[in-house]
Amino acid sequence: MAIWVGRDTRLVVQGITGKEGTFHALACRDYGTRVVAGVTPGKGGFAVEGIPVYDSVAEARHATGCNASMIFVPPPFAADAIMESAAAGVELTICITEGIPVADMLRVKSFLGSHPTRLVGPNCPGVISPGTAKIGIMPGHIHRPVNSGARDGIGVISRSGTLTYEAVWQLTNLGLGQSTCVGIGGDPINGTSFIDVLSAFAADPTTAGVVMIGEIGGSAEEEAAAWIAAHFDRPVVGFIAGRTAPPGRRMGHAGAIVAGGKGTAAEKMEAMRAAGLHVVDSPAELGTTMARALGR
Amino acid sequence: MKIHEFQAKEILRRHGVATPRGRVTEDPEEAAQIALELGGRCVVKAQIHAGGRGKGGGVKLAASPAEAREHAARILRMQLVTPQTGPEGQRVRRVLVEEALAIAQELYVSVTLDRHAGKPIVMASAAGGMEIEEVAARDPRAILRQEIEPLLGLLPFQARGVARALGLAGDSAARAARLVAALAAAYLATDASLIEINPLVVTGGGDVLAGDAKMSFDDNALFRRPDVAALRDLAEENPIEVEAGKFNLNYVKLDGNIACMVNGAGLAMATMDIIKLYGGEPANFLDVGGGASQDAVKNAFRLLVGDPNVRAVLINIFGGIARTDRIARGVVGAIEELGSVTLPVVVRLEGTNVEQGREILRQAPFKFIVAEQMADAAEKAVAAARRGH
Repeated sequence: MAIWVGRDTRLVVQGITGKEGTFHALACRDYGTRVVAGVTPGKGGFAVEGIPVYDSVAEARHATGCNASMIFVPPPFAADAIMESAAAGVELTICITEGIPVADMLRVKSFLGSHPTRLVGPNCPGVISPGTAKIGIMPGHIHRPVNSGARDGIGVISRSGTLTYEAVWQLTNLGLGQSTCVGIGGDPINGTSFIDVLSAFAADPTTAGVVMIGEIGGSAEEEAAAWIAAHFDRPVVGFIAGRTAPPGRRMGHAGAIVAGGKGTAAEKMEAMRAAGLHVVDSPAELGTTMARALGR
Repeated sequence: MKIHEFQAKEILRRHGVATPRGRVTEDPEEAAQIALELGGRCVVKAQIHAGGRGKGGGVKLAASPAEAREHAARILRMQLVTPQTGPEGQRVRRVLVEEALAIAQELYVSVTLDRHAGKPIVMASAAGGMEIEEVAARDPRAILRQEIEPLLGLLPFQARGVARALGLAGDSAARAARLVAALAAAYLATDASLIEINPLVVTGGGDVLAGDAKMSFDDNALFRRPDVAALRDLAEENPIEVEAGKFNLNYVKLDGNIACMVNGAGLAMATMDIIKLYGGEPANFLDVGGGASQDAVKNAFRLLVGDPNVRAVLINIFGGIARTDRIARGVVGAIEELGSVTLPVVVRLEGTNVEQGREILRQAPFKFIVAEQMADAAEKAVAAARRGH
């Protein structure tokens, strides 16, 4: 088992006819994901390497029963794409697009109140359940599946892309398989929080521990730490990127900024320590710390 | 993106925010002329992006046009150092000359994004003129927070509530409510990320005006706000950061001597952190993008060596979709194209085909220092930077 993404996933790719959309739709299919449809307005009736393309998500849903969407639509149109997916009743919407205006995401949040979908991202690498299915741009081959029937999988949650791959690679090299890895994205307004993912891991018997990678900015890590202390009894290894970042400077991700003296790495690490997480100072020790926490 | 006070006030005036009368100028003679039009008494304010201008001597009260000329002449020659500029300061190119208000009260109001609520909020406090962080630290209850429904804007009763919370009554309360509503409207209409009015001035006559105005905007929305994008002042930004932007590289200048080149923002921050953990100081944040193409690496390298403080370079790339061997060829190719690189360059590649990648680096004519783990890379970079002194 795993969370959110698995053998039952039937994926539609919004923006499939673009260069990146095509590339990653095929990479997901090669990994084993069932990619059942693509959507590009005006390109209905075409196909991309055997994947039928529809004009709208509603048509794709009707024709293929797709239950998850991966979005590669350019930033000016990405918010619309998310809302289209939600309105079509797609259960899981994963938005890879980076650079969506905050105001657009505020509208999206409002819309999702009456048209629920599990939105992951935007500006995220996606979600992968190793060995089963991946929805996103992460390199599948660095991951290690949990042994069949075993209950010792590691869940990974992160606001970053390549830093997540780094953590996954450390786990893989130590023989620690991953149940599911979720990139929640580096934007200030996103669909899925650390707590949403942790709740799902709490209900997943194959997840034995969690690696949680945060960044400076906002207070999502502090909220997650408080939730863990109250509700989560499996080991959690935590790291916060950006200890050396000066206040007021945005570190690449739109959400990674220490503003008004809030959102510093020190505060977040302190909150995580106080909640009983295994906090690492060095990003090179994520894997070994997890192994130790599990008694390996 | 940040803009100047005078630009922010222009935008806000268009949305109905009351501001002091005045004009911006680059010329002391014109400053005297503006002062004359304003009736003599005026304030001369340095226009730079950094805050804390008053503390650095960049804001002066003048009693006459002659004094305005004097202040303007001196401020326009200044390399203004404030708590926010860093020790090198910022060259002043313009001054704003404004009427001096008869200040009865100084209040605070701002509009910004509340990430937790997922909505913009108005923050208001009766303690104007102070840093809002200090107020928040001393007494969080002294700050009113009013959420804005993004689809509806700030509603009239909410604006009235903000005015009441500021302790205002009568005509002043009505004026403040109008002003706050106008701020919220301006915020939503321009894709702003911050509007801060500190102080919000209540005059002896009961008028309510924006004494100062700080505004910044969502970079991701500039594509649809050409009028805002046109207000960008490159002279206020770090030249290397401006150059980086042209190549779609994400660069932030820091004070250390170990330059970093990393793919991905999170990994780039983590690399800075581990350098510090091993006793070094990062010279910059630099994200070359997930794929780390040869062109991106080459352009990034040119930027990094443009910082005279740099004593060593650390390249940390996780090869995901782009395999490590291909990235290694890109790094080698970039150094060859650049020619005379004399700085020590530590390279740490990880991911698929990593053995081939490292072999390509070892075989290259340029003597890379090849590292294996992130910790190993940080240690080697710190050592190389020390030798480089």
